[in-house]
Amino acid sequence: MPKPETWLKVTPHGLFCVPGDFYLDPIRTVPKAIVTHGHADHARPGHEAVIATPETIEIAKMRMGINTWKNTEPLKYGRNFKFNGVDISLEPAGHVIGSAQVVLTYKGSRVVVSGDYKRRQDPTCDQFKVIQCDAFITEATFALPVFRHPDDHTEIKKLLASLERNPDRTHLIGAYALGKAQRVIALLRKAGYQSPIFLHGAINKVCDLYKKLGVPLGELKSVSHANKKDLIGQIVIAPPSATRDRWSRRFTNPIICFASGWMQIRQRTRQRGVELPLIISDHADWDELTQTVVEVEAPDIWVTHGREEALIHYAETKGIRARALSMIGYEEQNE
Amino acid sequence: MRAFSELLDNLNCTPQRNGRIRLLINYFEKEQDPNRGWAVAILTGGLELPNAKTSVIRRLISARTDQKLFELSYEYVGDLAETVSLLWPNTSNNKTHLNLTNVIKDLQRANRKTFYDLVGNTLDKIDTSERFAFLKLIMGNLRVGVSARLVKLALAEYGDKQPSEIEELWFGLKPPYQDLFAWLEAKAPPPIINDKLIFRPLMLANPITKDALMDLKHQDFVAEWKWDGIRAILVGDGKECKLYSRTGDDIGQAFPDIVRVTKFRGVVDGELLVVREGVVAPFNDLQKRLGRKKPSKKLLEEYPAHFRVYDMLFNHDVDLRSKSLIDRRTKLKHWVDAIASTQIDFSSQINFSNWEELSAIRDRARANGIEGLMLKQINSPYLPGRPKGPWFKWKRDPLVADCVLMYAQRGHGKRSSFYSDYTFGCWRNTVDGVDELVPVGKAYSGFTNTELVEIDRWVRANEKERFGPVRAVEVGLVFEVAFDAVHISSRHKSGLAMRFPRIHRIRWDKPAHDADRVESLLQLV
Repeated sequence: MPKPETWLKVTPHGLFCVPGDFYLDPIRTVPKAIVTHGHADHARPGHEAVIATPETIEIAKMRMGINTWKNTEPLKYGRNFKFNGVDISLEPAGHVIGSAQVVLTYKGSRVVVSGDYKRRQDPTCDQFKVIQCDAFITEATFALPVFRHPDDHTEIKKLLASLERNPDRTHLIGAYALGKAQRVIALLRKAGYQSPIFLHGAINKVCDLYKKLGVPLGELKSVSHANKKDLIGQIVIAPPSATRDRWSRRFTNPIICFASGWMQIRQRTRQRGVELPLIISDHADWDELTQTVVEVEAPDIWVTHGREEALIHYAETKGIRARALSMIGYEEQNE
Repeated sequence: MRAFSELLDNLNCTPQRNGRIRLLINYFEKEQDPNRGWAVAILTGGLELPNAKTSVIRRLISARTDQKLFELSYEYVGDLAETVSLLWPNTSNNKTHLNLTNVIKDLQRANRKTFYDLVGNTLDKIDTSERFAFLKLIMGNLRVGVSARLVKLALAEYGDKQPSEIEELWFGLKPPYQDLFAWLEAKAPPPIINDKLIFRPLMLANPITKDALMDLKHQDFVAEWKWDGIRAILVGDGKECKLYSRTGDDIGQAFPDIVRVTKFRGVVDGELLVVREGVVAPFNDLQKRLGRKKPSKKLLEEYPAHFRVYDMLFNHDVDLRSKSLIDRRTKLKHWVDAIASTQIDFSSQINFSNWEELSAIRDRARANGIEGLMLKQINSPYLPGRPKGPWFKWKRDPLVADCVLMYAQRGHGKRSSFYSDYTFGCWRNTVDGVDELVPVGKAYSGFTNTELVEIDRWVRANEKERFGPVRAVEVGLVFEVAFDAVHISSRHKSGLAMRFPRIHRIRWDKPAHDADRVESLLQLV
């Protein structure tokens, strides 16, 4: 059985499968790629041929144009695909809709490239599946023991309570356009919030796609058609950058909220001028990460982007070999 | 403690200054005595816990977490209290709410031995938010976006008083400030301050430029040198003397050669310096005297302290602050002559007949110990705080040098998790004739928040090596560094040290090899 590091290598273009002759989430344009999910730092334009889940392909087309990837091979969760002697399958990563862990098996040696992931339930996507393997490649966005994401229902309750306390103000929530925004909406609906939710244009587009893919989000409205008065006491969701932009001046005395795992840290809240921090993350927290590196039972853990040092240290204390892949080009601020 | 920890949480999420004042007022309204007074003490840095040491907290957390994970977390979070509050194991779900006053009383009663267990047991009983508040009250240095000044403004607004009334009383008051609250709520007369040796808030100056000066009438102003020392006031009651820094810290212990030899009744304002044979030594020399609890005889001889006075707040028991500057300085001159001390002299006036002339005088002054000029309105009363208009500081133009970023470290507080502390260097020849970079200084300020984000990104992309929390970066980014002076120092590899270096401009355009050389900096000494 070949050792994982002999057939899977880090290159300037990204992670490369040598016998398969394809890249995983390449950061530059390549002939063949497997893409784990639709976030812009993982799904880049211009590749010749791409294998990804049908949802990820839809997202890429919507964001970058229908012809962004010349040939696409939609692969549903759990299905197998053989390519240049490498068995490929995609399993849910629980990060955003269509997000996948890539399971690669070559001559009996199995590597799981998990992309970005979380373990907890999310009404907008399939839950993470543990796959035992010989090498597990993990992210480390929140790999510090200070990051312990609370239950998302308590965070939504905080939002609803603030809404009740401040009927005269608009709650402007900064949330990443793909995944986070839809999850916040779905959680609000689950908590019984029935009013229309107002959206920034960038988020509207993604929500339409989610609905098309079968995720119910209730009544959604575009902010650009609403007038100031109608937004009082309502929820508006916008990409985080827009909440600090001129764009947000259209609201009277808004309460700036931010849905992100970073909101665990007080100074991050202050740096961003956030009034209502909502600790809702699409990445695994410390407990989920450490649970995962143990449960996959892999003798080798490779850590990609984030706070790899701490996760490697943890793995080593558990007798698991771990090393940093020092991958660059993946943005952590998207969370 | 719940109400107090909620106050801290809410202050953190309230970017607007007025919003924060409102939160404080709400807290004063709802909370009882003496809890609210203790909260004021914590927020203004007035709570004294003799056994509270950061090392205790570090020992407690080391016993409960992996050392390496703790260090990495602390480096990332940038605040010890917050790191510990998040890392502390949740031993039980039944959290109790403790009373703030009881918590403080227990901490004050604890001795060095019991303190450790008391803190540990308390942390076990409370949730993350209260743990943060509790640790902050133990360690001080809150960094929660509330200055002592803001608390005083809130107190003034709460009691419908002038902020200056609060400032005037402040240093005579003691936590938990029940007499203060009674007065603010119109239940009692103002607290009576018996202590004659209390600190009096100082009058501060605003910076000014030459252009702005041109709009002012030079006849209205007197000019003095701005000495590069430490602003201080000397307070005497005829028997004893106290020396206070600008912020009200009693620094008399470090300067027995001033406080022990001066006997007078009143309050004078001046600059603390090291002076040898009439010549003001560089600020560096004064620094050697600071913070010493018991300065040795040798130190006192080698670094003789001097107090150069420029204003008088009280003469005997007479409050002079409403009098004009000229009147006060006349009294002060008499006082200096009468006291006839070698350690005390009068900051004399500079004669000039127009701004151009004064500007030329300012440009010629390159002596150590002169930072620039002070301009004070002749008829200005002594107003505590930093009123706009009567007093100006006209600093000498800074020196600048192009330096190369060498190391970066994450900041604390508002800048936590950003690489905001920079060590930079200049080129010099090595013995084998190859150029090398050697550190010449360290700076944390001078850039905007946007620039901070850009530099942070650059540091992350150009990391070369790690030494604990310090990142060595590739040679490539040039800063134009401004500084007030440069002097020889054996502490640094380059053999020199800068006074108050700050980032003046970021030279994204400048190639690193074009940065300045150590030799050219040495010429500025």
